[in-house]
Amino acid sequence: MNAFLKACLTAVFGFALAMQANAAEPIKIGSVLSVTGPAAFLGDPELKTLRLYIEKINKEGGVLGRPLELVHYDDGSDANNANSFGKRLIESDKVDFLIGGTTTGATMSMAPLADRAGIPFISLAGGVVIVEPVKKWLFKTPHTDRMAAERVFQHMKKQGLTNIALLSETSGFGQSGKKESEAAAAKMGITLVANETYGPKDTDMSPQLTKIRGTAGVQALFVFGLGQGPAIVNKNAKMLGLKMPIYHAHGVASEEFIKLSEGAAEGVRLPAAALLVAAKLPDSDPQKPVALGYAKAYSERYKEDISTFGGHAYDALMILVGAIKRANGVDKAKVRDEIEQTKGFIGADGTFTMSPTDHLGLDLSAFRMLEVKNNDWALID
Amino acid sequence: MRRPHPGLLVLGAILLVLPLLLPNAFYFDIVNRMAINAIVVLGLNLLIGFAGQISLGHAGFFGIGAYASAILPTHYGWPPVAAMGAGAAGAALLASVIAPPIFRLSGHYLAMATLGLGVVISIVLKNETAFTGGPDGMPVPPLSLFGLEIFGERQWYGLFAPVLLFSVWACQNLIDSPFGRALRALHGSEVASQVVGVDVARYKVAVFVLSAFIASIMGSLTAHYVGFVTPNVADFLHSIELVTMVVVGGMASVYGSVVGAVLLTALPQALATFEGWETVVFGAVLMLSMIFMPKGLVPTLAARLGKGR
Repeated sequence: MNAFLKACLTAVFGFALAMQANAAEPIKIGSVLSVTGPAAFLGDPELKTLRLYIEKINKEGGVLGRPLELVHYDDGSDANNANSFGKRLIESDKVDFLIGGTTTGATMSMAPLADRAGIPFISLAGGVVIVEPVKKWLFKTPHTDRMAAERVFQHMKKQGLTNIALLSETSGFGQSGKKESEAAAAKMGITLVANETYGPKDTDMSPQLTKIRGTAGVQALFVFGLGQGPAIVNKNAKMLGLKMPIYHAHGVASEEFIKLSEGAAEGVRLPAAALLVAAKLPDSDPQKPVALGYAKAYSERYKEDISTFGGHAYDALMILVGAIKRANGVDKAKVRDEIEQTKGFIGADGTFTMSPTDHLGLDLSAFRMLEVKNNDWALID
Repeated sequence: MRRPHPGLLVLGAILLVLPLLLPNAFYFDIVNRMAINAIVVLGLNLLIGFAGQISLGHAGFFGIGAYASAILPTHYGWPPVAAMGAGAAGAALLASVIAPPIFRLSGHYLAMATLGLGVVISIVLKNETAFTGGPDGMPVPPLSLFGLEIFGERQWYGLFAPVLLFSVWACQNLIDSPFGRALRALHGSEVASQVVGVDVARYKVAVFVLSAFIASIMGSLTAHYVGFVTPNVADFLHSIELVTMVVVGGMASVYGSVVGAVLLTALPQALATFEGWETVVFGAVLMLSMIFMPKGLVPTLAARLGKGR
């Protein structure tokens, strides 16, 4: 038995040594994501996506002949931890690049570190403050809340709806949405004739809806929230017989939302990334193969539904890999310049074209307008 | 003059040698965070360990300090040191106003009341978006002392290490003073201490205000140190973390506070490589230490060593 064990160990060690001798120095990508805690529903698919594609890239020979190595820490949805792990990645693990920051808070607490160390850093968080004003080393892939509001208002205007009621959640997502919606409305000639809020744990929104119904001139309702709340709004609106069109924000873009609404979601509209309706896109759509490919790879590997959040991680990784290839090395300043030069990259979130003044690179076309028809999503714009 | 405690000399020596041993800024960062937690826990241990009163809302005071240092300089152009002072004064004032009614309670009821206090502060920080930036948090300007900006983990170590040493020294002296004896007396029996002339209510309020003041100051320093605050700092979970440090390190033990803070700050970092199992291992470590050392690490070990001699 002992001899057998010894032989096994020798074999394993020998193999490991051989691997080390053969393999080129890996390119280290550091990431801090919120895999546990309240933001886990965002961080978990992000991490799984990074793992999946780094494995895939390595199987295909790596980048510039060098394998990618992911060094990952979980910040437990606490921005303070993200700051500490950011230091660890930069100072101790000596990573070449950073991907992550699931939440805006986590990203902003790490941003000064990346800036000081001069490390390209692609964030997976939504906040506008990440890229406005532009920070030299900081990029991001997800759409902003402002874009969601603008896309909804754009669609409303096309329908001739200019007097609207805003109903927002008092969560972080809803508050940011409220602020951005108010700013976008003023800019786009939309009048907010009613502006109500509800708590993330509220179980009945009929008072707000009754008030909105009683407000003169309201043509449409725009709900900015996450999770249960928006579904309850749908149910209450149906009970109250609210006739106006209802728009939601991108945060509820999932099958779960239709299920939670128990039939009351019929006819509601919302902006969402192409990933959610990959199979329904016309064949001429350049995003179709990318979105379908990602959806297939992810659901085959993890046996669970895809979410648009994992798409943010896919885009970040691919933009980074593209930049490393173009820079022909891992020189941080060169790779940073190349990320900034990203042009026409078709990702899960849309088509990215970055510039020195735009470190996000998405325009409103990245959002598709969807409507719920027969308990399923239908592409309407 | 009395001879300084041997423990203080050991701690001083460790803090002096440490910079030579730490390989990079990340390790300095960990040590700085240990020092921050240790100082807050020292204050909290006065309340929990020595006076026998619980507070499940201490992160609230920490949050008041942190946000005072973020909001006053950013929105109103206050100098950081003045903002820190205002935060600490505010925390102390709030503590002194709230303490008389809640310290009429004891046991579970006191725990509930302090918990409520912490939760209220955390909700205010989350919802006053115009000032606090809401759940996404806000940046904090750097701290400058006497015109010098403190920058980088090594310089901050130069600030935190002496403050920690001073806090330990001050705590030890406080405990050996009539004030400390009164605290321990009311922990033992409130009636008995009243009989011998200790104004129980006044001492409870005083120690609560003191620990809130310390938490607020450290909240301010942490905010400047990290450069960014989110409402997480005032979170209920953070309060629990602080109480855990007190209990694991050892109630009513000055060095227990330091050891508890060091251990519970280092553990999550050490376990970060366990990938998804870290919370399980973390929980197991806490459970085992509580089962086998219910009095906390330092008092239990001290008792064992004492017996062996």
